[in-house]
Amino acid sequence: MDIKPILATLGRHKFTVFLLIAQIALTCAIVCNAIFLISQRLERMAIPSYIAEHELVYLQLAFIGARPDAMARTEADLAGLREVQGVKSAMIIDHLPMSGSSSNSSLWLDPAQQMETMDATQYFGENLLSTLGVQLEAGRAFNPEEYRDLDKIDKALQTGDMKEIPTSVLITRAVADRLWPGQNPLGKQVYIGRNFALTVVGVVKGLVRPNLLERGAQYSLIHPVRLSMSAGSYYVLRCDPKDRERVLKAALAKLNALDPNRIVLDSGTWDQMRYNFFRNDRAMAGILMGVCLALLVVTALGIVGLASFWVSQRNRSIGVRRALGATRGHILTYFQTENFLLTTFGIVLGMVLAYGINLFLIVHYELPRLPLTYLPVGAMLLWCLGQAAVLGPALRAAAVPPVVATRSV
Amino acid sequence: MLGYYLDLALRSFKRNKVLTLLMVVTLALGIGASMTTLTVLRLLSGDPLPQKSGQLFYVQLDPYPKDRPFSRSGKLPWLTTYTDAMNLLHAHRAEHQAAMAMTRVKLIPTTTQQRPFFSNGVMATADFFSMFEAPFQYGSGWSAADDDNRAKVVVIADYLNDQLFGGANSVGRSLRINDQDFRIIGVLRHWAPQPRFYSLYLGGPNYGKGEAVFLPLQSARAAGMDPINSMSYAAGDKQVIENSPTIWLGLWVQLPDAAAVSAYQSFLASYAEQQVALGRFQRSRIGLSGLMPWLDSQQVVPDNVRMQTGLAFSFLLICMVNTVGLLLAKCLRRTNEIGVRRALGASRAAIFAQFMAEAGLIGLVGGGLGLMFALFGLWCIRQQPAEYASLAHLNGQMFLCTFAVALMASLVAGILPAWRACVVTPAPQLKSA
Repeated sequence: MDIKPILATLGRHKFTVFLLIAQIALTCAIVCNAIFLISQRLERMAIPSYIAEHELVYLQLAFIGARPDAMARTEADLAGLREVQGVKSAMIIDHLPMSGSSSNSSLWLDPAQQMETMDATQYFGENLLSTLGVQLEAGRAFNPEEYRDLDKIDKALQTGDMKEIPTSVLITRAVADRLWPGQNPLGKQVYIGRNFALTVVGVVKGLVRPNLLERGAQYSLIHPVRLSMSAGSYYVLRCDPKDRERVLKAALAKLNALDPNRIVLDSGTWDQMRYNFFRNDRAMAGILMGVCLALLVVTALGIVGLASFWVSQRNRSIGVRRALGATRGHILTYFQTENFLLTTFGIVLGMVLAYGINLFLIVHYELPRLPLTYLPVGAMLLWCLGQAAVLGPALRAAAVPPVVATRSV
Repeated sequence: MLGYYLDLALRSFKRNKVLTLLMVVTLALGIGASMTTLTVLRLLSGDPLPQKSGQLFYVQLDPYPKDRPFSRSGKLPWLTTYTDAMNLLHAHRAEHQAAMAMTRVKLIPTTTQQRPFFSNGVMATADFFSMFEAPFQYGSGWSAADDDNRAKVVVIADYLNDQLFGGANSVGRSLRINDQDFRIIGVLRHWAPQPRFYSLYLGGPNYGKGEAVFLPLQSARAAGMDPINSMSYAAGDKQVIENSPTIWLGLWVQLPDAAAVSAYQSFLASYAEQQVALGRFQRSRIGLSGLMPWLDSQQVVPDNVRMQTGLAFSFLLICMVNTVGLLLAKCLRRTNEIGVRRALGASRAAIFAQFMAEAGLIGLVGGGLGLMFALFGLWCIRQQPAEYASLAHLNGQMFLCTFAVALMASLVAGILPAWRACVVTPAPQLKSA
């Protein structure tokens, strides 16, 4: 197919051609960035938690206020909950993975450093590994005698009594790689808040943070700290996935039987918690997808409109070509090639624009750079769209009979 | 003349129904999307107290040690310590001044049918109501003396009064909060500044319905209520945050004019210098930001909303380019008609006006349809899981704005085709016809 005559014809409609190219370029640029944004959200939503996601249910109770028998009452609650049929393990935890609120602290490799090395979430609670299903990769889990009560630690911090402060810690693989890349972390020391040295006794595969995922999703520490009921804490139960609904109901009934005056703030399966955690991302991904679709439809309609106009305007010259021996196939190819050329110009311009928009987003929204792989994907999408949109008008053009050439318009 | 042009436009629409429909629908889609997001953006970035915001200022100090600063990028701490807040309040250098924090409260209804429930409460000093001009339905706020005496009084929101007392005057009755009795001394009218500028960094939501109860700061603290947000900058007694190195209060002052602002600024600077001399502070940095600049600098409007607005307007741009292309196609097809009209004596200006009228008509129809799309879009926003969702409604201003944007978009899109139409030379067109 010789493209010279096509270019010559397009040259006679410079302005319309320019508009079409501009529209394709803008669409290409925005769709590339929107798809990139969608993929960012999807990637975030697919973050692994490294816990037994489908086996957990939780109950969050309203805080009853500080009281001296809190630890005993918590133990009684937990003992009651463990009696519920189907419960494999139970614990109390102050912040659940992906619950949206967390306790974080700075870690220092050397207390004399100017700035902290990193920050990480702190998880407390007895039976954490077995209940949440966190996998130990190296080293050991905590021994029972290592556990300390949180309220005693608070007092010890005030009096400076170092005996009550735990000295061992479990870290995730991600933390180990950040603090000591390529080295064996077992037995190494890390400082928390500069004053307290902790010895790494074990490494877990991973454990997602309750929030702040953008600051390192797996940056978590596990401390040998025993909790009692406090504001915002959860009872977590592990059971078979198919038992979850039943266990949750039985657990609520059990707690109600132990103390009918308590308020259950929230309860559900951990899967629901994960679903809710990403609801904003999901909504945004939906909106972006809707906009992409609308953009592509509008652009396709624009191509259909302009192509139809061109076909009807060139009715006579098409007839002449047909009379001079061009086949229907030739006419069809002509319009398809014309559209391919226009789309290609639009895509080239659109790629440049896409990078411009991406740079703007990097500056204002702290997004990563657009990967190059998005460009061929966007190009293919628009080529297909253009070819599909022009097919109708092109078929109509191909159907123009040669006899038109002999009629005056 | 305009009537004639509109008549011509309608005839032209009838001749090319599909093309016209295409233009109207694409324009309407663009208008609908951009008006939806613009409404939300305006709502979220609006002035929470239009009559007062110019006089309100947020105070920031820096008690953090030099080697462990609040932020790496040099931002001032968001909140203030109790000691500094009280020192500044008692200095009475501003017309009004108040310190505040947010807390979670358990409210226990008097009737046994209703179950206890949780809500947010504001703990503040006496000037809170007069400074923020919170309107009272019954009673009034508390006095500075109530602050000092730790009086167990409470001001409640209108919706709480409706819920617990059926909207009756409940002043003088008692309300059980966290298992302690407080005497109601005031009931607010509906009051919920959007965004909730005073709760920024205190832990409450930035948008949506207001707090249920307002308590004197010291009384609430004496009753064992803790702030939702607190940040420690050094080791110390964490149990009593009044004495510990912890920031947890927001401090607002009212300064009527520029002179008062500069006077307060130098007062703050000297206060910080004095604290450095005393050894309490290591740095004498201060911040005094007006309400709107403070909200802007803290980027209260969620990134998602700003991004959606940008996206919607780029969508509108593409729809406009599309409309230009289609209008141009239409007008080129009508060169014969233009030639005839020109030959019969129509001036270039008349042709231009005719095509602009046609574009304008498309804009108006597109605007009408776009309004429907915007209403639908806002309905979708209200179904979204965001704290501002329930506020997303179109007001009269945005209603008019929709048509203004639609008309403007279509007229801008129409300029080029209309210009191309009016430069058509009549003679060749007549010959070929």
